[in-house]
Amino acid sequence: MSLLYSLFVDPFMQMATTPDFFLQVLWEGFVAGILYSLIALGFVLIFKASGVFNFAQGIMVVFAVLSLVGLHEAGVPAYLALLICIGIMFLLAVTIERVVLRPLVNQPDIILLMATIGLTYLLIGLGEFIFGGEPKVMITQELGLPTGSYDLELFGGLVILNQIDIAAAVIAIIMVGSLAVFFHSTRIGRALRAVADDHQAALSVGISLNQIWVIVWFAAGIVALATGIMWGARSDVSFALQIVALKALPVLVLGGLTSIPGAIVGGLIIGIGEKLGEIYWGPLIGGGIETWLAYFIALIVLLFRPQGLFGERIIERV
Amino acid sequence: MFYREAGQFKTSYAADQSIFPILQDRIGIAIILAVAFIGIPLFATNFFISTIMIPFLILALATIGLNLLTGYAGQLSLGTGAFMGVGAYACYKLTTFFPDADIILLVLASGFVSAAIGVLFGLPSLRIKGFYLVVTTLAAQFFLEWCFIRIPWLYNYNPSGAIEAPARRGLNIVLTGPGANATARYLVVLTIVVVMTWIASNLVRGRIGRSWMMVRDMDIAAELMGVKLFQTKLLAFAVSSFYCGVAGAAMVFFWLGATEPTAFSINLSFQILFMVIIGGLGSLVGSFLGAAFIWILPAFLRAIPSVFGIAIGAETVEHLSFIVIGALIIAFLIVEPHGLARLWQVGKQKLRVWPFPY
Repeated sequence: MSLLYSLFVDPFMQMATTPDFFLQVLWEGFVAGILYSLIALGFVLIFKASGVFNFAQGIMVVFAVLSLVGLHEAGVPAYLALLICIGIMFLLAVTIERVVLRPLVNQPDIILLMATIGLTYLLIGLGEFIFGGEPKVMITQELGLPTGSYDLELFGGLVILNQIDIAAAVIAIIMVGSLAVFFHSTRIGRALRAVADDHQAALSVGISLNQIWVIVWFAAGIVALATGIMWGARSDVSFALQIVALKALPVLVLGGLTSIPGAIVGGLIIGIGEKLGEIYWGPLIGGGIETWLAYFIALIVLLFRPQGLFGERIIERV
Repeated sequence: MFYREAGQFKTSYAADQSIFPILQDRIGIAIILAVAFIGIPLFATNFFISTIMIPFLILALATIGLNLLTGYAGQLSLGTGAFMGVGAYACYKLTTFFPDADIILLVLASGFVSAAIGVLFGLPSLRIKGFYLVVTTLAAQFFLEWCFIRIPWLYNYNPSGAIEAPARRGLNIVLTGPGANATARYLVVLTIVVVMTWIASNLVRGRIGRSWMMVRDMDIAAELMGVKLFQTKLLAFAVSSFYCGVAGAAMVFFWLGATEPTAFSINLSFQILFMVIIGGLGSLVGSFLGAAFIWILPAFLRAIPSVFGIAIGAETVEHLSFIVIGALIIAFLIVEPHGLARLWQVGKQKLRVWPFPY
């Protein structure tokens, strides 16, 4: 009885009695969710256009922001470093397309997935080799990002909203909006959707697959860079971010692999659910449940909707 | 020329179905076994045995486990490390409950615990597959790792949170704990690995292995031909987890002696997966080759610069080995998807036709 009470009644009582704290937790979850969504967005872009499940998206986030900070440490001005970073992401996209994707065309999905796991290791090693393995401080101010916070008086308590988090949310919304416009009303966007639907048909109407792949990997790289900057501004820039990247997998599964709105909604569900679970239910079973709660939420959804919340249902025929 | 099978006729069904139908293979395997069972214990140093041979055998066993699941049954898993951890922790608890039991039996018994957990996390595999299944196995990885850290009962409320292999006897010899003899441990591990490899090779040649391969190649067609998908996949998860569990228990009890939960992190899962890929998906020989390759590679990378007289820090070597392993994985997937096992076959083919090129 007391177990049921502490499971189903007590957490809600806590939420009701300290609404300011509840709002703070909700906000934290929301911000974490946005960042998960951004990582998931990179995955979705690549998966939509090439059917490659890019395990390396998370490490691309780390690699992008690490090269930004590393370049700045080497004496490059912040905005120039940002430009160079965009160049690096483009170079990475071209290299991956040439070296990894092109020779692996037509291989089973699982082989491509394993190749991106190899890519993950390669990028980890490369990043540590060039920039060193120690955590670095993000160059928030040099990039002109806000660092202050708004303190709101709500329900007799204080809710703190960091400006950088608000900026992250705004940037995420802008990014998703522009991607949606890009996909739906530009020439390249239409080509991307055509490739996603049917590679061969797209090829036969004169769409260059190789070009498309470079474009989506580059776009995913830009998304990774933005995610990395936002995430780095909240904590240090280090390889610990990889763990965050692995969180994007349940987000994806929850939202469906091919859906951009799915990535956003999935990210928010996981981010908020995870924070609430950790704060209100975590202490009951020892805490630290953040590491796997996301996976369990995703698992439960999968058992009822194997294609995720917004995914396309794939009907297999023999 | 050297590897000539002409004239070796099979005159009975038993001969046709033997594991090594060719005389040269039988001789080769006999030599390898003789070296492993007699040569190494007699002539190798304790250092070589306990830092190279024992880890290699244990990792090879785990690689076989993952290979059965991924290479034969086609279900990619990133939770191998966690299943090895289940074996290790199960064995630790078993030694606490049965202090007088034979340690070899306990190591094998802990495989069954791991198999049960493996089946549990394999259950979603009927409804979901491919990428989605990878996420399920990651759930297993993170959840089990959390259990190892947060459930004090599992590590007997040890304040350090680590598990330590107590001194236990097997076959009336002290096999675990600080005082154990390296050669004795090696022989036990070797025997376990040889027997389990033999079982695996019979498994994959028989009905079960064939149904695994059918599921891997095309699950719907397999179902139409009467393979019960659910049972087949679950059996793959069970057998694979059993192998991984035994490997994990052996890792703590016969190799490391003591370990922390972080030893069974996702990095171990990746390491085993890389051994499978580099060795060759769907090949038992490849499992051994892959394990040897990945285990020896860092030592090799450490040695190369000093040969050329360049001093490189330990950290740099680690970063380099990340780069090299990552690049090798991609290269192998592109150039030789069947891994080192395929190179081995090519080598045999060359010997067969030597000195003529075809």
